[in-house]
Amino acid sequence: MDKFDVASSQKYDVYASRLLPREEYFTSGHRSCQGCGEALAVRWVCKAIGKEAVIAHATGCMEIVSSGFPQTAWLHPWIHVAFENTAAVASGVEAGFKILARKGKISGHPPKVVAMGGDGGTSDIGLQALSGALERGHNFTYICWDNEAYMNTGIQRSSSTPFGAMTTTTPPGKQSFGQPTWKKNMMAIAVAHGIPYVATASPSYLFDLYFKVKKAIETPGPAYIHVLSVCPTGWRSATDLSVRLGRLAVETAVFPLYEVVDGRYHLTIDVPKVRPVTDYLKPQGRFRHLREPEIKFIQQQVLARYELLLKKCEAPYPEFPPLHPAEEGE
Amino acid sequence: MGKRVGMEVSIAVSYAVGLARAEAIAAYPITPQTHIVEHLSSMVANGELEAEFINVESEHSAISACIGTSAAGARTFTATSSQGLALMHEILFIASAMRFPIVMAVANRALSGPLSIWNDHGDIMAARDIGWIQIFVENGQEAFDHTVMAFKIAEHSQVLLPTIINMDGFILTHVVEALELVDQEMVDRFLPSYHPRHYLDPKTPVTMGAFAMPEIYTEVKMKHQVTLMNAYDKITEIWQEWGKLTGRDYQPVERYKTQGAKILLLTMGCLSEVAEIAVDELRAQGVPVGLLKLRLWRPFPLAALREAVAGAKILIVCDRALSLGSATAPVLAEVRSAFYSLAKRPQILGYVVGLGGRDVSPEAFKEIVAQAQTEAKEGSSEEFHLFGVRG
Repeated sequence: MDKFDVASSQKYDVYASRLLPREEYFTSGHRSCQGCGEALAVRWVCKAIGKEAVIAHATGCMEIVSSGFPQTAWLHPWIHVAFENTAAVASGVEAGFKILARKGKISGHPPKVVAMGGDGGTSDIGLQALSGALERGHNFTYICWDNEAYMNTGIQRSSSTPFGAMTTTTPPGKQSFGQPTWKKNMMAIAVAHGIPYVATASPSYLFDLYFKVKKAIETPGPAYIHVLSVCPTGWRSATDLSVRLGRLAVETAVFPLYEVVDGRYHLTIDVPKVRPVTDYLKPQGRFRHLREPEIKFIQQQVLARYELLLKKCEAPYPEFPPLHPAEEGE
Repeated sequence: MGKRVGMEVSIAVSYAVGLARAEAIAAYPITPQTHIVEHLSSMVANGELEAEFINVESEHSAISACIGTSAAGARTFTATSSQGLALMHEILFIASAMRFPIVMAVANRALSGPLSIWNDHGDIMAARDIGWIQIFVENGQEAFDHTVMAFKIAEHSQVLLPTIINMDGFILTHVVEALELVDQEMVDRFLPSYHPRHYLDPKTPVTMGAFAMPEIYTEVKMKHQVTLMNAYDKITEIWQEWGKLTGRDYQPVERYKTQGAKILLLTMGCLSEVAEIAVDELRAQGVPVGLLKLRLWRPFPLAALREAVAGAKILIVCDRALSLGSATAPVLAEVRSAFYSLAKRPQILGYVVGLGGRDVSPEAFKEIVAQAQTEAKEGSSEEFHLFGVRG
């Protein structure tokens, strides 16, 4: 585990790209939009999980752009069943491998199981299946591609859409300023299940993302990673700004990068000086309609929530006691 | 021959799943299926069955997890009922389209509303088009036998389709019956270990569940339809093989006292045993009545049914479900259409009986036969009758 420690990985940032796998598992030729942050994240997550892995994927953008019969962009064994059940499918795959390994029908270590879904498939329609799979303690990693709305069906709001954002179902108008609710805190929900590994990540911080995924799949039991995936189509942003926007989300503390290991929070990317949220909101057409009061509210909320997160990172106690007490001698 | 023992039918089904060496079970509790999965849980807990039991949080996840275990290459079983089957609905079509040989026991129960935990066939009739093989059983012995056979049918390389065993909730699942069991050695010979050709394997990666554009969707559906219809031959072959081993023969359309019958009742599930009593009594009175039991519902045994009906003047189809808004009832509609293109066909009359646990007695069948005889002569303003309904 130590060799994938994020802090030490940052030391290698300068030259580590040579150490990262050159193998591609998510191949070119898929149909994602120009500047798709999600496709970039998928590519690097697939490198991190390595060859000996199986992917269950929810219906959504990534499924649609990558798996039109008879083509596929996936070099991993990959299964798509429906929208809301990916965590359940993955839990079945994991249980299946477990019994087949026990019966000696597959040799060696069973493959790693990774489930992937968008923010709608995770925080809305798939929340129950995800909660069930996390609670049951399957040894799998769930990765949420959060592009903050139902982009595949045409930019409708989800519970992960940020406050104030314009979507096709939260249009600003005389009686509306866009999305009226604050983004659902999927991290807290995942942590509440008492699972050993939870993290936020962003393809704008590739090494952070890469090593978090490594850590997640090596962790026995369920792991959850929430990846902010910039979507130029839905966010109404320039396609060459995707990586930059991912960085601004972190630098403005809108989307802090942290992990929760055995219930203990810590930041993985420090933000020495938090930038004003307007730096992040301005380049995005989905926030263009916002007026001063809403922007003020967003700024106040972002900072307040970031403060609370920092407090959690400093907390001397974990969110939950370890389920498995340390063995003697440790 | 195996030994004869008294056993609750649900437990017999679990026992059959154990003999089949199911490797993965994902299920959610719903009355009246619960005894099946409870008993399987205890078999796994006691080490009597080497399997993973996944206690999912809903039926939607039960069938989804079953797809996962099946895709990993494990022999998979689940059981449900009524609302549970309805909650699975979306995924049932996908399970069959992706050709996962999952076996499912359905303890048939009425659908809400109003809420009713009691038996009818409304649950499975709402799921008749899911592309699964669907079999009905009428007693404990059949429930046991068909559960074992279902795995062999589903996993046959020319079938690879999920299979449902329908058994009436409570009135079959919860009764204790005398059964002739078979031993493990025989089942192991009949049903070898499951080794799928395609499964999720990093050595030979495959993409499962790709989406289809309009230029391929129709062809995929045609393939599914053809495979399901062609499964008929494999199903009957496997039933015959079981018959040779056990002496218990099963037919897609079972006949009871049909020789010389001018009037035929057609039933499914437990109703058949009750109808037999009525047929016996009517025959003793000289009424030329016989009984057809529709065992195989999907694929629909068109030729076998036509052959079995030949010679009869009146065919009385007894549905245990309504198709709300339809001019007829689910099985009635199917049977009528099966005979429409034939020049010589019986009068086909429909009676819907036993909804939401309402008891159907031998007397009810006798009354239905009497009514049908009158209707055959005088005609009726109704396409079908909701038998015994008040108000």
